[in-house]
Amino acid sequence: MTKIPVHLDINGQHHELQLEPRVTLLDALRERLGLTGTKKGCDHGQCGACTVHIDGERVLACLTLAAQAEGRSITTIEGLAREGELHPVQAAFLEQDAFQCGYCTPGQIMSAVACIREGHAGSDEEIREYMAGNLCRCGAYPHIVAAVRQAAQEFAS
Amino acid sequence: MRDFSYLRATSTDAARQAAALPGAMLLAGGTTLIDLAKCGVAEPDTLVDITHLKGLDRIDVSERGATIGALAKMGHVADHADIKSRFPAISEALWQAASAQIRNMATIGGNLMQRTRCPYFRDPANFSACNKRVPGSGCSAIGGVTRGHAVLGTSDACIAMYPGDLATALVAFDATVHLGDRRILVDDFFLLPGTTPDREHAIEPGEVITAIEIPGSAAARRSTYLKIRDRQSYEFAAASAAVGIEFEADGRTIRDLRVALGGVATKPWRARAVEAALKGKVLDPETVRAASLLAVEGAVDHGANHYKIELAPRVVARAILKLGETA
Repeated sequence: MTKIPVHLDINGQHHELQLEPRVTLLDALRERLGLTGTKKGCDHGQCGACTVHIDGERVLACLTLAAQAEGRSITTIEGLAREGELHPVQAAFLEQDAFQCGYCTPGQIMSAVACIREGHAGSDEEIREYMAGNLCRCGAYPHIVAAVRQAAQEFAS
Repeated sequence: MRDFSYLRATSTDAARQAAALPGAMLLAGGTTLIDLAKCGVAEPDTLVDITHLKGLDRIDVSERGATIGALAKMGHVADHADIKSRFPAISEALWQAASAQIRNMATIGGNLMQRTRCPYFRDPANFSACNKRVPGSGCSAIGGVTRGHAVLGTSDACIAMYPGDLATALVAFDATVHLGDRRILVDDFFLLPGTTPDREHAIEPGEVITAIEIPGSAAARRSTYLKIRDRQSYEFAAASAAVGIEFEADGRTIRDLRVALGGVATKPWRARAVEAALKGKVLDPETVRAASLLAVEGAVDHGANHYKIELAPRVVARAILKLGETA
């Protein structure tokens, strides 16, 4: 199939790519732009490892065509830290030891940032419900909830 | 995933024209379509992206009802203050569906086009027989692993379960689908499998869902969506019920009742027999439990899904009684 030009705005940087229309945002990030922080888990929208933000909202890069994301503002895990300072959610994940193998962590963190911003981190129960789209096969869930709770409290204060 | 050409629609009319061409499919949130393309189930020649169309994501709520634009996202509708207060069952059905990420992608129009999760349907590489995929090829599910399959509305050709939550709540409250100027009840929009399980929706090539309209009612205002599943979140229903109730002035006699079932049928399943049996009755647990058994009248199991026939009436009864407690 003929490649089409796709303009992507990622972490404040403009990228111009020639892509087959079937290329997902996830593959464009990882295979074409070297932004491998966004992980490929199931590639079917079931695990959340590929969570990124589009126009400030958390979405799955594996079920988004790169072409669909044109004209939108995309943020990946690489775009979260500001001037060398970890994002408060990143710091909370370190502090609470909220991971083991770390493969799901970029997706967990991107999801958590949005979860807090949406106002869905008001209680442990609500955090568990609204973080349910991010699976952790190491089972680090209690520490992940603790990290989200801590970051949410820091934002609130 | 087979490659396809990509076309970004610049107007609803342009989308209609492009979607009418052979091999063309509309692309909204993509949460079903891109997934099924990766499974080798959907093989479009052209995807017509409608997500950049303007003005189709409005949510208007008034005393008369709600009109929700086809491109409104599931998550936005779930969190909408007026939907929460006037149509709690709609909001609850939405936030209990999928994950937050998927709800930020999936649109209300696309949600109605969601396909079954039947594992045989989703796996053409290993199961060539599927009447939904290839008419006349047979059904791999019948005689297979059926724990997640339907017990209501099935046929000899197909027992695939309709997995959605939103549409279950929509049929309970007599919602209509707007296909441009054409209006059709959501209940009629979903088709029984019969001998043609490949045809799931009453939508023609070149038609585009533009909005969903839900009439306002006292029953919609006092409503809930109860979803029972194998794990607490991010899972399809083992059985679910959308229920709305209106009491007479005495606060105990049922004036209006709406009941629809999810997770157990081949389409969103309105349980009118339960409604008829309870209208005019005083709400009490025994009466409700007896009437709820009518929800699964005519149910047929395929072994491992037998539990749904016992579970569904209990879900219905619990949802009705929960609403009664708030009277």
